[in-house]
Amino acid sequence: MSFEPGQRVRVSAREHRGHHRTPGYLKGRVGTVERCQGSFTNPETRAYGDSGLPKQALYLVRFENGHPVSADIYEHWLEEAE
Amino acid sequence: MEGGVHDTGGRPTTEPIDRTEHELAEWELLTDALVGALSRTGVMNVDELRRGIESMPPDEYRSASYYERWLYSAETILTEKGVLEPGELEARL
Repeated sequence: MSFEPGQRVRVSAREHRGHHRTPGYLKGRVGTVERCQGSFTNPETRAYGDSGLPKQALYLVRFENGHPVSADIYEHWLEEAE
Repeated sequence: MEGGVHDTGGRPTTEPIDRTEHELAEWELLTDALVGALSRTGVMNVDELRRGIESMPPDEYRSASYYERWLYSAETILTEKGVLEPGELEARL
């Protein structure tokens, strides 16, 4: 699945005990895709000595509820919203 | 959802952010160079560095400085990979 700028997305709230880059305070939150930043090695596997391949798309997502904040979220943490 | 001790973004706090700068001590510069060399030679990567930092006991993590966390992680990851023997660094100090 890939996302387009302007698309509404929800950050997955799934349990993940290992190393990952998805900030806890954004899990379950809905935001808007600003742009795709490109594809990068996956820190979740690379943190355990793996190559981190295949690369994962990374999106800049804007969250407006409360203090507006933008954050880079990997594609496999995003779900379609609404 | 409760994250690890490092996952502090968005948590309510009344503590002001410490923005003071300090001169880096020689051991801090050496730590930066060491971890950079380990990364460039493929011994350990930045994601492993971060995983090692996140594995610190929470109290130790909170009281440790930036490069103390790097050193803790480098020792942890290098021991895990068998580059260092457990306790090897203490034995040499």
